[in-house]
Amino acid sequence: MSTAAPAVVTPLPRLPKAPTGIDGLDEITEGGLPLGRPTLVCGSAGCGKTLMAMEFLVRGVQDFGDPGVFMAFEETADELAANVASLGFDLPALQAAGKLRLDHVHVDRSEIEETGEYDLEGLFIRLGHAIDSIGAKRVVLDTIEALFSGFPNQGVLRSEIRRLFRWLKDRGVTTVITAERGEGSLTRQGLEEYVSDCVILLDNRVIDQITTRRLRIVKYRGTTHGTNEYPYLITEDGFSVLPVTSLKLEHTVSDNIVSSGVPGLDAMFGRKGFFEGSSILLTGTAGTAKTTLAVSFAAEMCRQGKRCLYFAFEESPPQLVRNMQSVGLDLREYLASGLLRIEASRPTLNGLEQHLVTIHRIIADDRPDAVVIDPISNLISVGSISEVRSMLTRLIDFLKVNGITALMTSLISGRNAQQEMTEEGVSSLVDTWITVRDLEGIGERNRGLSILKSRGMAHSNQVREFLVTNEGIRLLDVVLGPTGIVTGAGRRAQQLRDELEALTQQQEHERQDRELERRRRVLEGTIANLRTEFESVEDELRRIDLETQARQRLGE
Amino acid sequence: MDARTEFDENAGPLAGHYVLHLFITGATPNSTRAVRNLKDICEQYLPGRYELTIVDIYQQPELAKSEQIIAAPTLVRKQPLPVRRLIGDLSNRERTLAALDLPLRPDFEL
Repeated sequence: MSTAAPAVVTPLPRLPKAPTGIDGLDEITEGGLPLGRPTLVCGSAGCGKTLMAMEFLVRGVQDFGDPGVFMAFEETADELAANVASLGFDLPALQAAGKLRLDHVHVDRSEIEETGEYDLEGLFIRLGHAIDSIGAKRVVLDTIEALFSGFPNQGVLRSEIRRLFRWLKDRGVTTVITAERGEGSLTRQGLEEYVSDCVILLDNRVIDQITTRRLRIVKYRGTTHGTNEYPYLITEDGFSVLPVTSLKLEHTVSDNIVSSGVPGLDAMFGRKGFFEGSSILLTGTAGTAKTTLAVSFAAEMCRQGKRCLYFAFEESPPQLVRNMQSVGLDLREYLASGLLRIEASRPTLNGLEQHLVTIHRIIADDRPDAVVIDPISNLISVGSISEVRSMLTRLIDFLKVNGITALMTSLISGRNAQQEMTEEGVSSLVDTWITVRDLEGIGERNRGLSILKSRGMAHSNQVREFLVTNEGIRLLDVVLGPTGIVTGAGRRAQQLRDELEALTQQQEHERQDRELERRRRVLEGTIANLRTEFESVEDELRRIDLETQARQRLGE
Repeated sequence: MDARTEFDENAGPLAGHYVLHLFITGATPNSTRAVRNLKDICEQYLPGRYELTIVDIYQQPELAKSEQIIAAPTLVRKQPLPVRRLIGDLSNRERTLAALDLPLRPDFEL
């Protein structure tokens, strides 16, 4: 009988990682860059390679207490400090504190003359000295390819660069090496063949005059990582990578109900409103009062003392306030009290990612209970449909995770009004989908509202006609005609018909009553005649009987 | 003191006065060759009008930063201006002389 001891399960050692502290990057690299090894960051001009590398160092100092060395081959220390000051990185202070060292390596081909055998030991010494002087754990080489323009002997250079990377690895410093992207290869000088641990590719793409930056991890030896292209941004707070798919559907849900601001609309829902923290899509053709419905919701939230954030992509705040006054929605007091905040901008102002980050930042600042985006269809003008969809996916996820009720409006073009799929394809992402449409009849247009779906609650299946009145939106009662629900003039006609019918019925009824009375009177008359006749006959018979009796007496 | 300065007694404020700094990395073959070659050139071509400083950047790494040294050995010609940088062990005598603006034959006067 086997007496083997139960196997002791020791977790396999995981690849140690150095967290970058860069928004989103640690998420897709599952912890950061490989600790003590070099990482290559490559990309074309204007991708933010230097910035990413600098943020890696600064965050390392500020968040993780790792001193860092920045070796710049292109910019001087002063230029670097000035460039990143706008991001709130105070390089001189970090240098003074002994947490950061900047070393500008000046390479000028015109000053250099080769006279024999040499190596790049000078570079090693400088780097080693910088590392030792502050006990650096992180090193950035930006951009080491500049050496190729200064030193003509490629053979020496390549073997020295190989030796440098090996040396950095032996010293156990986590290194970021930036490199310019080359034609048909990751880097112009083929540096990727020397750095085999982790390669990150930054890309700058212009589609329809709008720039989108994307990041991809080409390889990361010894660990799993996100493989997609992730959009990233350079914001006032530095680098920000936006993971698209790493968000999981795990958010907590609320059982509370929030009102739509339109009593009739609330009544159409089984629970008399929307679930708190759900996402609501409001689609409709032009001029179907989408904005009015959206503002009704926003005003209702504010009336209940909740904070609401309104992103207007079509109207300026004063215009919105003025227009809504005409339907009895006064937003001024909510604006004054700070419960309502209107953020208006043209969609073309920024790329999609920039919009997303702006929205994220404002939401993080403002902590609203509800967000209105009016409309999302305008964003199509700044990106392709798939990009807009991925952006909205992330936005809706973000709002849901934060438990913020979101109402989005979307314009459907008139031609495709029947098409139930919105162009952005977000309908599957939202919990409640309300559609408003024109109910066009002869010589008139009416507005109809219906609920296409509402997850988790019963809802009316009727198309309800509604009016935009001075007191806001009012849903009209359902009027059933011979052929179904009628609206507008048809509704009026049906009402008139109904009234006429009732009148006719009443008149008929009265006529029948009168007829009955007349017949009764005729019958009563006849009965009286017959009775009189009977009395005459009775008299006659009685007279005959008396006569007969008298005759009998005479005969005796 | 690791930086040695050799100063020639006869050196005066001549137009052809040379100030040379040679940065080496210890006693590596390249470094020793560079020192030997440079001394040879100075003796032959610049008798009495040169000032040579030899710096071992292993010992003074901060000088490597301030002097923008990348390759080793590096010879920096501080004077006459413009500043020139010669990298390598100076064994290519022809190129070295050309870079230092010196004639090919030692007795040729500029």
